[in-house]
Amino acid sequence: MKKTLMLAAFAAAFAGAAPLPVAAQDTVYVPLLTYRTGPFAGSGVHIANGMRDYLEMLNQRDGGIGGARIIIEECETGYDTKKGVECYESVKSKNPVVVNPYSTGITLQIIPKAAVDKIPVLSMAYGLSASADGENFPWIFNPPATYWDGASVFVKHVAQVEGGLDKLKGKTLGLLHLDAPFGKEPIPVLEAMAKQYGFNLKLYPVPAAQMQNQGSQWLAIRRDRVDWIYNQGWGAMNPTAVKEAIKNGFPIDKLVGVWWAGGDDDARAGEAQAKGYKTLNFHNTGANFPVMQDILKHVFDKNLSQAKREQVGENLYNRGVYNSMLIAEAVRTAQRITGKKAVVGEDVRRGFEALNLTEARLKEIGMEGFANPVRITCADHNGHNKVFVSQWDGTKYVKASDWMDPIKELVRPLIEAEAKDFVTKNTGWPKRTEACEKAA
Amino acid sequence: MLYNIFIDPFMQMGAAPDLLVQTIWEGLVAGVLYALIALGFVLIFKASGVFNFAQGIMVVFAGLTLVGLHQKGVPAWLALFLTIGVMGILAMAVERVVLRPLVNQPDIILFMATFGLTFIIIGLGEFIFGGEPKQMIADELGLPQGTMRFDILGGKVIIQKIDVAAAVIASLMIAALALFFQYTRIGRALRAVADSHKAALSVGISLNQIWVIVWFAAGIVALITGIMWGARSDVSFGLQIIALKALPVLILGGFTSVPGAIVGGLIIGVGEKLAEFYWGPLVGGGIENWVAYVIALAFLMVRPQGLFGDKIIERV
Repeated sequence: MKKTLMLAAFAAAFAGAAPLPVAAQDTVYVPLLTYRTGPFAGSGVHIANGMRDYLEMLNQRDGGIGGARIIIEECETGYDTKKGVECYESVKSKNPVVVNPYSTGITLQIIPKAAVDKIPVLSMAYGLSASADGENFPWIFNPPATYWDGASVFVKHVAQVEGGLDKLKGKTLGLLHLDAPFGKEPIPVLEAMAKQYGFNLKLYPVPAAQMQNQGSQWLAIRRDRVDWIYNQGWGAMNPTAVKEAIKNGFPIDKLVGVWWAGGDDDARAGEAQAKGYKTLNFHNTGANFPVMQDILKHVFDKNLSQAKREQVGENLYNRGVYNSMLIAEAVRTAQRITGKKAVVGEDVRRGFEALNLTEARLKEIGMEGFANPVRITCADHNGHNKVFVSQWDGTKYVKASDWMDPIKELVRPLIEAEAKDFVTKNTGWPKRTEACEKAA
Repeated sequence: MLYNIFIDPFMQMGAAPDLLVQTIWEGLVAGVLYALIALGFVLIFKASGVFNFAQGIMVVFAGLTLVGLHQKGVPAWLALFLTIGVMGILAMAVERVVLRPLVNQPDIILFMATFGLTFIIIGLGEFIFGGEPKQMIADELGLPQGTMRFDILGGKVIIQKIDVAAAVIASLMIAALALFFQYTRIGRALRAVADSHKAALSVGISLNQIWVIVWFAAGIVALITGIMWGARSDVSFGLQIIALKALPVLILGGFTSVPGAIVGGLIIGVGEKLAEFYWGPLVGGGIENWVAYVIALAFLMVRPQGLFGDKIIERV
């Protein structure tokens, strides 16, 4: 009895001394797979900062999302698929509401695990394009546009500049791409469009080890008399591509990067001659949006960010903010659907499927004019939303085109066919059992 | 198929000689830079028998230190001298903390130690300078910028001024190293250590001192390499991957031969560019990464000791 009393006293003492644990029902755990180190850190650092700062701002300003404090945890992947999968395995037991791989290679590895572990995966505008098919990939979400959408907008942009889709016939369009799953993603849709519109497509793969040594690729571009280049590059590959284009006298305004090839540092590398470099985009740059001002006030003024103040508003920083906004809005939607504060992965999957970011909602969250509305449905986990072309003006990216719809009539059937093919090749791929949400 | 492999590439060379010249120039420039990285490996291997896996990250670290100091407001030339000082401190630290405690250990232990050193330098570099790429201060150092265009051979050949500077600076540095090895007391001591550690010790040569000097020399080579590569693209941790390009150069040129590193670098540089440009399209491109090893291994089949290595004679 005496021993029991002593144990009880110890327990009471420790309970009193220890900080009060945050009640589980009041939190949502959001792991961020990031890369602040390694050859791709040049791109990864800015996105990691943007993602973290937006979530931190919600914690500081609102106490979290819908009354649930956000537990933010970064796991460093170095953009290495193996490390990324290790990160996924290490976070999955902590009940993440979503996993955010930030690498197409890692996403491809996680896709088969997501349905088993009941964890939604957000691969925002990256990953497997075919995973936009919600029927076959109920746990994967890749809004607002796929790489195939991006490639189709690139072709539309070329057509606009050249004077129409019929003017593409006989032109040579090149794809300069990282020789990795991410880099190869747009190939099927570009091949399909080359057939349809009669342009020649040339591929220029850049092995990761050659990212900063692209002399051969640019010589081949010169030999092939390429008219336009689409750069599906990442990390150290992008500034080198800009420099090589300048060196080889390639018209800089005919080098168009996918949205990931739009880092401010990528363009700065080319100094004054990089003026005119283009990249696709699905959100605006700059810090004059209420959401950015809130980040500055609630995160930077309290020294809670790892970024420099002047980096707020840069393209890739804003990309990270946009990414975390999608997470937060999916969690909020899940809370509305379920009536719970501390939603779990299965709830947030439903939240993503019912996500409807209207103009009004974007205004409420301080993003009016920052991004376009996004709607995800049970069947369409992407939305194939509009994107635009940004152009480097010598100091920053500015909007250089209207919002353009992807060529959906071309992309969507390809996605559905690719999704079916994926399921056929992966024997035993589970049939969707999850019910669809009613439209909001 | 045979036509595409054996005839068409040569037809292309004849049809567009300007592109052939451009390809060879690109290969020579890349080769000079590979040779510089390989030279760092060779210097250390000659003096200590250690394959310094950290040579690649030393290139990045030296470049980041230079740019980082300048960003803190240090004038470019002062930053350059301070960076040389930092590389000297690194050399002393490596000798004192890594090499000296491991003296007489098997080579593989020393190799693994340099492997560990690589990750320590990566961590240190990221901690101090962050992971973001930085622009090399080429202008501030007075390095030439821009391109020269020659309308020749029915086309054009474009040469970057920085590439010419890289070739000249690399040549001067190699000449200086050769003179240093050949005509100075320390240089002779280095060669003695390279020939036999025990014999060198017996005549009073300090191994510790030699190791510091040789790591310092490798650090200077890394700094020059970092400046040149950094000026061509930028200074980022991606550069450390390029250091792997020194491996086929070393296979080809031998681990102990300075001329081997230079000639090997040029052969690999030109060979991989020609292969990628003329034969790469046959297999979808992206071959220069592995074709360098094919070239090196093909040479090894003819000369197992490398280009300038002595013939291997084993007495049994």
